[in-house]
Amino acid sequence: MIPPSAFFAVAVVLFVLGVLAFFVKKDLLTQFMSVEVMLNAGNLAFLALAKSLGKAEGQVIVLFVITVAAAEAVIGLAIIVLVFRQRKTIQTDELKDLKG
Amino acid sequence: MAWTVFFILSFLCIGSVAAMILSRNQAHNALFLVLSFSSLGGLFGLLDAPFAAAVQVLVYAGAIMVLFLFAIMMFNLRGELPVRVKKARLALTAGLGMFLLAELFLAGRKLVLGGAGVAPAAGGDTARLGHFLFSDYLYAFEITSLLILAALVGALALAGRKEGA
Repeated sequence: MIPPSAFFAVAVVLFVLGVLAFFVKKDLLTQFMSVEVMLNAGNLAFLALAKSLGKAEGQVIVLFVITVAAAEAVIGLAIIVLVFRQRKTIQTDELKDLKG
Repeated sequence: MAWTVFFILSFLCIGSVAAMILSRNQAHNALFLVLSFSSLGGLFGLLDAPFAAAVQVLVYAGAIMVLFLFAIMMFNLRGELPVRVKKARLALTAGLGMFLLAELFLAGRKLVLGGAGVAPAAGGDTARLGHFLFSDYLYAFEITSLLILAALVGALALAGRKEGA
Protein backbone atom coordinates (compact mmCIF):
# COMPACT_ATOMS: atom_id res chain seq x y z
CA MET A 1 0.00 0.00 0.00
CA ILE A 2 1.28 3.42 -0.90
CA PRO A 3 1.35 5.80 2.09
CA PRO A 4 -0.48 9.12 1.56
CA SER A 5 2.76 10.94 2.30
CA ALA A 6 4.08 9.80 -1.08
CA PHE A 7 1.13 11.47 -2.79
CA PHE A 8 1.75 14.49 -0.62
CA ALA A 9 5.32 14.68 -1.88
CA VAL A 10 4.07 14.61 -5.48
CA ALA A 11 1.56 17.34 -4.67
CA VAL A 12 4.28 19.53 -3.15
CA VAL A 13 6.58 19.07 -6.15
CA LEU A 14 3.70 19.83 -8.50
CA PHE A 15 2.77 22.99 -6.61
CA VAL A 16 6.34 24.25 -6.55
CA LEU A 17 6.68 23.57 -10.28
CA GLY A 18 3.46 25.51 -10.84
CA VAL A 19 4.77 28.51 -8.90
CA LEU A 20 8.07 28.29 -10.76
CA ALA A 21 6.33 28.16 -14.12
CA PHE A 22 4.19 31.14 -13.19
CA PHE A 23 7.23 33.29 -12.55
CA VAL A 24 9.49 31.94 -15.28
CA LYS A 25 7.05 32.06 -18.17
CA LYS A 26 6.43 35.29 -20.01
CA ASP A 27 3.11 34.79 -21.76
CA LEU A 28 -0.29 35.10 -20.12
CA LEU A 29 -1.60 31.76 -21.40
CA THR A 30 1.19 29.63 -19.99
CA GLN A 31 1.06 31.53 -16.72
CA PHE A 32 -2.63 30.77 -16.59
CA MET A 33 -1.88 27.10 -17.24
CA SER A 34 0.55 27.05 -14.33
CA VAL A 35 -2.25 28.34 -12.10
CA GLU A 36 -4.18 25.27 -13.14
CA VAL A 37 -1.19 23.11 -12.20
CA MET A 38 -1.21 24.65 -8.73
CA LEU A 39 -4.95 23.98 -8.36
CA ASN A 40 -4.37 20.37 -9.32
CA ALA A 41 -1.59 20.01 -6.78
CA GLY A 42 -4.07 21.24 -4.19
CA ASN A 43 -6.59 18.66 -5.36
CA LEU A 44 -4.04 15.88 -4.99
CA ALA A 45 -3.24 17.02 -1.47
CA PHE A 46 -6.95 17.08 -0.60
CA LEU A 47 -7.43 13.54 -1.87
CA ALA A 48 -4.33 12.28 -0.06
CA LEU A 49 -5.66 13.77 3.17
CA ALA A 50 -9.13 12.33 2.53
CA LYS A 51 -7.54 8.93 2.16
CA SER A 52 -5.33 9.16 5.23
CA LEU A 53 -8.15 10.45 7.43
CA GLY A 54 -10.67 8.05 5.94
CA LYS A 55 -13.18 10.80 5.18
CA ALA A 56 -15.06 11.45 1.94
CA GLU A 57 -15.27 15.21 2.49
CA GLY A 58 -11.94 15.70 0.77
CA GLN A 59 -13.40 14.33 -2.44
CA VAL A 60 -16.35 16.74 -2.20
CA ILE A 61 -13.91 19.63 -1.92
CA VAL A 62 -12.06 18.38 -4.98
CA LEU A 63 -15.30 18.49 -6.96
CA PHE A 64 -15.85 22.09 -5.90
CA VAL A 65 -12.29 23.03 -6.77
CA ILE A 66 -12.66 21.55 -10.24
CA THR A 67 -15.93 23.45 -10.79
CA VAL A 68 -14.42 26.73 -9.65
CA ALA A 69 -11.38 26.06 -11.83
CA ALA A 70 -13.63 25.59 -14.83
CA ALA A 71 -15.40 28.90 -14.17
CA GLU A 72 -12.06 30.61 -13.60
CA ALA A 73 -10.65 29.20 -16.83
CA VAL A 74 -13.59 30.55 -18.83
CA ILE A 75 -13.31 34.07 -17.39
CA GLY A 76 -9.52 34.11 -17.53
CA LEU A 77 -9.40 33.03 -21.14
CA ALA A 78 -12.05 35.59 -22.05
CA ILE A 79 -9.90 38.30 -20.45
CA ILE A 80 -6.79 37.08 -22.25
CA VAL A 81 -8.64 37.08 -25.58
CA LEU A 82 -9.76 40.63 -24.83
CA VAL A 83 -6.20 41.72 -24.01
CA PHE A 84 -4.97 40.13 -27.21
CA ARG A 85 -7.64 41.89 -29.26
CA GLN A 86 -6.75 45.30 -27.87
CA ARG A 87 -2.96 45.03 -27.64
CA LYS A 88 -2.17 42.33 -30.25
CA THR A 89 0.13 40.63 -27.77
CA ILE A 90 -0.09 38.44 -24.68
CA GLN A 91 3.56 38.70 -23.69
CA THR A 92 3.66 40.10 -20.18
CA ASP A 93 6.89 41.99 -20.93
CA GLU A 94 5.02 44.17 -23.39
CA LEU A 95 1.99 44.77 -21.17
CA LYS A 96 3.49 47.22 -18.73
CA ASP A 97 1.33 50.31 -18.99
CA LEU A 98 0.49 50.18 -15.30
CA LYS A 99 4.16 50.29 -14.35
CA GLY A 100 4.84 53.38 -12.25
CA MET B 1 2.51 -3.29 -8.57
CA ALA B 2 0.80 -0.26 -7.07
CA TRP B 3 4.20 1.34 -6.49
CA THR B 4 5.17 0.83 -10.12
CA VAL B 5 1.97 2.49 -11.31
CA PHE B 6 2.48 5.26 -8.80
CA PHE B 7 6.01 5.96 -9.97
CA ILE B 8 5.10 5.89 -13.65
CA LEU B 9 2.12 8.21 -13.14
CA SER B 10 3.90 10.68 -10.91
CA PHE B 11 6.91 10.72 -13.23
CA LEU B 12 4.61 11.47 -16.18
CA CYS B 13 2.77 14.11 -14.21
CA ILE B 14 5.82 15.97 -12.91
CA GLY B 15 7.85 15.41 -16.06
CA SER B 16 5.25 16.91 -18.33
CA VAL B 17 4.91 19.99 -16.12
CA ALA B 18 8.70 20.34 -16.26
CA ALA B 19 8.51 19.97 -20.05
CA MET B 20 5.88 22.69 -20.06
CA ILE B 21 8.33 25.00 -18.30
CA LEU B 22 11.08 24.21 -20.81
CA SER B 23 8.98 24.34 -23.96
CA ARG B 24 8.24 27.63 -25.72
CA ASN B 25 5.34 26.54 -27.91
CA GLN B 26 2.00 27.32 -26.29
CA ALA B 27 0.14 24.53 -28.06
CA HIS B 28 2.77 22.05 -26.88
CA ASN B 29 2.41 23.45 -23.38
CA ALA B 30 -1.32 22.78 -23.43
CA LEU B 31 -0.79 19.23 -24.68
CA PHE B 32 1.84 18.59 -21.99
CA LEU B 33 -0.69 19.78 -19.48
CA VAL B 34 -3.31 17.37 -20.86
CA LEU B 35 -0.82 14.53 -20.30
CA SER B 36 -0.04 15.80 -16.82
CA PHE B 37 -3.71 16.07 -15.82
CA SER B 38 -4.56 12.66 -17.26
CA SER B 39 -1.82 10.97 -15.25
CA LEU B 40 -2.97 12.96 -12.24
CA GLY B 41 -6.37 11.38 -12.80
CA GLY B 42 -4.64 8.01 -12.54
CA LEU B 43 -3.11 9.09 -9.23
CA PHE B 44 -6.59 10.07 -8.02
CA GLY B 45 -7.70 6.55 -8.91
CA LEU B 46 -4.84 5.12 -6.83
CA LEU B 47 -6.16 7.17 -3.90
CA ASP B 48 -9.51 5.30 -4.04
CA ALA B 49 -11.31 8.28 -5.58
CA PRO B 50 -12.68 6.87 -8.86
CA PHE B 51 -15.24 9.62 -9.28
CA ALA B 52 -12.69 12.38 -8.83
CA ALA B 53 -10.45 10.54 -11.30
CA ALA B 54 -13.20 10.41 -13.91
CA VAL B 55 -14.06 14.08 -13.40
CA GLN B 56 -10.39 14.99 -13.61
CA VAL B 57 -9.98 13.29 -16.97
CA LEU B 58 -13.32 14.43 -18.42
CA VAL B 59 -13.49 17.99 -17.15
CA TYR B 60 -9.86 18.99 -16.68
CA ALA B 61 -7.95 17.07 -19.31
CA GLY B 62 -10.95 17.15 -21.61
CA ALA B 63 -13.03 20.29 -21.37
CA ILE B 64 -10.77 22.89 -19.76
CA MET B 65 -7.68 22.07 -21.77
CA VAL B 66 -9.66 22.01 -25.01
CA LEU B 67 -10.80 25.50 -24.08
CA PHE B 68 -7.15 26.49 -23.69
CA LEU B 69 -6.32 24.99 -27.07
CA PHE B 70 -9.14 26.93 -28.69
CA ALA B 71 -7.80 30.13 -27.17
CA ILE B 72 -4.26 29.31 -28.34
CA MET B 73 -5.51 28.75 -31.86
CA MET B 74 -7.01 32.23 -31.79
CA PHE B 75 -3.62 33.72 -30.92
CA ASN B 76 -0.80 32.29 -32.96
CA LEU B 77 -1.55 32.03 -36.61
CA ARG B 78 1.70 30.55 -37.84
CA GLY B 79 2.39 29.57 -41.43
CA GLU B 80 1.49 26.22 -42.93
CA LEU B 81 3.60 23.23 -41.96
CA PRO B 82 5.92 21.73 -44.58
CA VAL B 83 4.33 18.87 -46.50
CA ARG B 84 6.67 16.16 -45.21
CA VAL B 85 5.99 16.97 -41.58
CA LYS B 86 2.29 17.00 -42.40
CA LYS B 87 2.49 13.50 -43.90
CA ALA B 88 4.43 12.12 -40.93
CA ARG B 89 1.87 13.60 -38.58
CA LEU B 90 -0.97 12.19 -40.64
CA ALA B 91 0.54 8.71 -40.41
CA LEU B 92 1.08 9.08 -36.68
CA THR B 93 -2.47 10.32 -36.18
CA ALA B 94 -3.90 7.47 -38.22
CA GLY B 95 -1.86 4.92 -36.25
CA LEU B 96 -2.99 6.32 -32.93
CA GLY B 97 -6.58 6.40 -34.14
CA MET B 98 -6.44 2.75 -35.16
CA PHE B 99 -4.90 1.88 -31.80
CA LEU B 100 -7.72 3.65 -29.98
CA LEU B 101 -10.31 1.96 -32.19
CA ALA B 102 -8.84 -1.48 -31.45
CA GLU B 103 -8.77 -0.69 -27.75
CA LEU B 104 -12.40 0.44 -27.74
CA PHE B 105 -13.38 -2.59 -29.79
CA LEU B 106 -11.75 -4.96 -27.31
CA ALA B 107 -13.37 -3.23 -24.36
CA GLY B 108 -16.77 -3.16 -26.06
CA ARG B 109 -16.56 -6.81 -27.05
CA LYS B 110 -15.90 -7.85 -23.49
CA LEU B 111 -18.80 -5.75 -22.33
CA VAL B 112 -21.24 -7.20 -24.90
CA LEU B 113 -20.18 -10.81 -24.53
CA GLY B 114 -20.29 -10.55 -20.78
CA GLY B 115 -17.33 -12.36 -19.28
CA ALA B 116 -14.64 -10.51 -17.42
CA GLY B 117 -15.48 -7.00 -18.59
CA VAL B 118 -14.76 -3.85 -16.70
CA ALA B 119 -15.61 -4.50 -13.09
CA PRO B 120 -18.19 -2.01 -11.84
CA ALA B 121 -16.55 0.39 -9.44
CA ALA B 122 -17.53 0.04 -5.84
CA GLY B 123 -20.68 2.15 -5.99
CA GLY B 124 -20.70 2.87 -2.27
CA ASP B 125 -18.07 5.53 -2.54
CA THR B 126 -19.73 7.56 -5.27
CA ALA B 127 -23.10 7.17 -3.59
CA ARG B 128 -21.62 8.52 -0.37
CA LEU B 129 -20.18 11.44 -2.32
CA GLY B 130 -23.59 12.24 -3.78
CA HIS B 131 -25.13 12.06 -0.35
CA PHE B 132 -22.60 14.57 0.95
CA LEU B 133 -23.19 16.89 -2.00
CA PHE B 134 -26.93 17.01 -1.47
CA SER B 135 -27.01 17.16 2.32
CA ASP B 136 -24.04 18.69 4.13
CA TYR B 137 -22.78 20.67 1.17
CA LEU B 138 -26.11 21.60 -0.40
CA TYR B 139 -25.60 25.35 -0.09
CA ALA B 140 -22.09 25.16 -1.51
CA PHE B 141 -23.44 23.05 -4.36
CA GLU B 142 -26.15 25.56 -5.22
CA ILE B 143 -23.74 28.47 -4.96
CA THR B 144 -21.46 26.62 -7.38
CA SER B 145 -24.25 26.46 -9.93
CA LEU B 146 -24.75 30.21 -9.54
CA LEU B 147 -21.01 30.69 -9.98
CA ILE B 148 -21.05 28.78 -13.25
CA LEU B 149 -23.96 30.86 -14.49
CA ALA B 150 -22.10 34.03 -13.54
CA ALA B 151 -18.98 32.79 -15.33
CA LEU B 152 -21.03 32.05 -18.44
CA VAL B 153 -22.60 35.50 -18.51
CA GLY B 154 -19.28 37.14 -17.67
CA ALA B 155 -17.44 35.37 -20.46
CA LEU B 156 -20.13 36.37 -22.94
CA ALA B 157 -20.04 39.97 -21.74
CA LEU B 158 -16.24 40.09 -22.00
CA ALA B 159 -15.42 38.21 -25.16
CA GLY B 160 -18.65 38.73 -27.07
CA ARG B 161 -18.16 42.49 -27.14
CA LYS B 162 -17.50 44.01 -30.54
CA GLU B 163 -14.26 45.84 -31.03
CA GLY B 164 -14.51 49.52 -30.19
CA ALA B 165 -17.95 49.18 -28.64
